[in-house]
Amino acid sequence: MMKSTMSLVLRLLALVSTAVAVAIMLKSHDSTLVLGITFDAKYSHSPALQYFVIAEGIGGIYSLVSLLLSRWTSSRHFVYLMDVVVAMLLSSSVSAALAIAYVGKKGESHAGWLPICKQVPRFCNEATGSLAAGFLAALLYMVLVLCCIRSLYALKP
Amino acid sequence: MASGNEGQKIEADRLAPMPLSERKGFPVLLTLRLIAFFATASATIVMALNKERKALVVATIGSTPVEATLSAKFQDTPAFVFFVVANAMASLHNLLMMALETFGDSFDCKGMRLIVIAILDMMTVVLASGADGAAVFMADLGKNGNTHARWNKICDKFETYCDQGGGALIASSVGLLLLLLITALSIMRLLKPNPKPIPHNNNLVTIP
Repeated sequence: MMKSTMSLVLRLLALVSTAVAVAIMLKSHDSTLVLGITFDAKYSHSPALQYFVIAEGIGGIYSLVSLLLSRWTSSRHFVYLMDVVVAMLLSSSVSAALAIAYVGKKGESHAGWLPICKQVPRFCNEATGSLAAGFLAALLYMVLVLCCIRSLYALKP
Repeated sequence: MASGNEGQKIEADRLAPMPLSERKGFPVLLTLRLIAFFATASATIVMALNKERKALVVATIGSTPVEATLSAKFQDTPAFVFFVVANAMASLHNLLMMALETFGDSFDCKGMRLIVIAILDMMTVVLASGADGAAVFMADLGKNGNTHARWNKICDKFETYCDQGGGALIASSVGLLLLLLITALSIMRLLKPNPKPIPHNNNLVTIP
């Protein structure tokens, strides 16, 4: 079955992508000394990055569960509906993290928020890598839902 | 043999899609799309009109305070610009789908109509959820600030701006939930086979 092979491959790639995103974000850390004050940067300092880690974790666990569930064809329709929900979740998490990362990199002059990437460059680079993996996972899930709809269309009598 | 041709014609009739306005559950979907259209359109308009100007004391020279007029607009934040554009696209999509389902039965889509509607619904819901997520977290940053990054909150100075933005976010969340329901219903429509064939050419079957 070409279509079920493609959906299995997409789920596996999405699982790897979400796992990489979560791992890099959890490990990212940088600190710098500015005027005698230690300036520390971790993912847990920002609620958007926390939401990103949690949502990618949920996406990864769902990928694993659906890889195992796709063996039983009776629950296939439920899996298709949950795929849409998880695609929504991943897309919103990567959007939120990107919005905060943009403020961190370019600042927001109207609100008086200064960019922080000059002070903690390693954290910024690692967060960029994690966000790229998360974006890839969201894209893969969109292609996966397209595959599911296509396979449903072929079923129509 | 003529029966082969007749068999093909009956098969083609069975595959021909039933007019959408005759399907069961059509009023439910139309009502959901109408409410989602109003929710996303109101979110767009409320956020697009979000603007506040205020005279604030920025410095004190000697004993005279220096005032400057600061303004908060939605265009300052790229997340809110994305929010306005994505909600406008979602409401336009809902309007077009409502028009297609009500008036577009005569268009010949070669049986692709349901799958195109499902795909477009899915893309709209992913876009709208991205916009909603980004805007919610930017609003949270404006409301609570971030002490670790030394970013001060702005909602204590620009209260009307924050309240109006919050209202737009609530409307967008309602629209997003409804869009998810609509997408699920559109995909489920693909699952059900045709309830009954269209009785156009029912005089094709001849008994030899």
